[in-house]
Amino acid sequence: MRAVPTIVGYGLREALRRKVFAVVLLLTLGFLGLYWLANHYVFRDVENISPPVGIDARTFAGAFMFGLAMFATLFLGVVLAVFLTLGVVRGDAERGLLQPLVVRPVGRSTLLFARWLGAVAVCAPYVGAVYVAAMLITGLTGHWWPDHVVVPGLELAAGVAIVAALSLLGSVFLTATANGIAVFMIFGAGLVAGLLGSIGHALNSHTLQHSAKIGAWLIPFEALYQDGLREITANTTGFTGFLLQLGPFGGAYTGGALLRLWAIAYLALVGILAVAGFARKDL
Amino acid sequence: MPALAVRGLEKRYGSVTALAGVDLEVGEGELVGLLGPNGAGKSTLVKIACGLVRASGGTAQVLDARAGSLQARRRIGYLAELFRFPGWYSADELLELHQRLAGSEGGAAERTELLELVELTEARSRRVEQMSKGMQQRLGIAQALVGRPPLLLLDEPTSALDPVGRRTVRVLLEELRGRGTSVLLNSHLLSEVELVCDRVAILLHGRLVAEGSPAELARARGVEIETDQGVQVFEDASREDAPRLVAELVAAGRSVYGVRVLTSTLEETYLEAVGGETS
Repeated sequence: MRAVPTIVGYGLREALRRKVFAVVLLLTLGFLGLYWLANHYVFRDVENISPPVGIDARTFAGAFMFGLAMFATLFLGVVLAVFLTLGVVRGDAERGLLQPLVVRPVGRSTLLFARWLGAVAVCAPYVGAVYVAAMLITGLTGHWWPDHVVVPGLELAAGVAIVAALSLLGSVFLTATANGIAVFMIFGAGLVAGLLGSIGHALNSHTLQHSAKIGAWLIPFEALYQDGLREITANTTGFTGFLLQLGPFGGAYTGGALLRLWAIAYLALVGILAVAGFARKDL
Repeated sequence: MPALAVRGLEKRYGSVTALAGVDLEVGEGELVGLLGPNGAGKSTLVKIACGLVRASGGTAQVLDARAGSLQARRRIGYLAELFRFPGWYSADELLELHQRLAGSEGGAAERTELLELVELTEARSRRVEQMSKGMQQRLGIAQALVGRPPLLLLDEPTSALDPVGRRTVRVLLEELRGRGTSVLLNSHLLSEVELVCDRVAILLHGRLVAEGSPAELARARGVEIETDQGVQVFEDASREDAPRLVAELVAAGRSVYGVRVLTSTLEETYLEAVGGETS
């Protein structure tokens, strides 16, 4: 395990060199700028709205906007995680970069773990920083703050850590391009499952609800995001709470302690599969 | 104890057999050349020895440790046939990275020595992406030598080198032999193998078809004697027969101008062994 910091540094330097950080930083600044502008206009206009009885327009707008920001944060975090990990095994092996590292007295499992750790060491603080920045923008512009602050941020970061693990697993078997496409398609499928769940609850369709639940548990990064959405309006009740539950960026239904335990187990499972696949791979 | 001991080694990729029961040893301080046409299984054998590829059958031991195990990997240096180093590393940084991974405590002194060995002292701070292919290959050899491994596995280490670069590697290999380092050298350059290797193994279709020292493999092909009646070749004669043959010719009234003992070159032996095959 002494090699872990060395490999983490190797991965980070590679990302720095490939301008992954520069691209993500630019995207982030663009997003935060637009997000501030959107908040500015939304909360200016909220003052002039006369909502139906029982609806708190400021809470609705704040939760909805921040839910949107959480989605964008998750997306940017996923982009970063995928670009840091999509070619770690097969991609690097095909380019001849991996072999000189693998023949060193460093276990293949250590190599994979260190590359995952390197990705998480970048992505988790990044997601946390964007999450806090978005929260500050909404809070300071619209004077609305989420009901729970810490747990949703942690769940977003954990979701991105799971995507990084899935991308590493994919990199054992797929070329970098195929892996990138596969992970983004899984990410998209997760989002669709979440939206279907919201629609299912709005229409009271048990089939849709059941399908969405299966989808969320199969790819728990989506369930964690949903749980984060639920947490930011956990104490919002009445008609406002009901409207937010309809989605797409409001409260959701999937979540709880069992989900968080499952997310940990899922991460371990993905890790075991990746290590087993890599151990059997001829390079 | 041999540095590398391979017994009945087999490797199949689906229906393709890359190695079909190879037995090979590289002794301590021995320099063994591995020859064979493309697809003969040379790179596969080297990759199994350094743990990149899993064997389908047989065993490979590196100084009594199973090839591919952490213990075995602590004792090898490897240069792949197709390799690439991250372009943003300088030569010094790359060696430092491999020192850390190999657990070498040689520090800056070791890096200086290795760069001197491969004649890259001037390029210490140069980035890999700014180096020629030949310089990268020499850096690759320096990388393989990090931590003074007792067994060096070199897969086509001179393929991108010019004649001067090849000579540098040849001198380096001779120096390594002097230090007691064992080397398995996979190469297509027969003349190079003939010059530096103690022993040569020829692979064909995943099987060992010839093995021995270059001198053993270079068999006698007769004696050629130039007389006043022209050149005569005595095909079954050996070096020991030359004085008698000359005496007989002189006794028969011939004038002898020259005598040459004919031996086959490694190239001829190789071509005979592989049947002129290539792929």
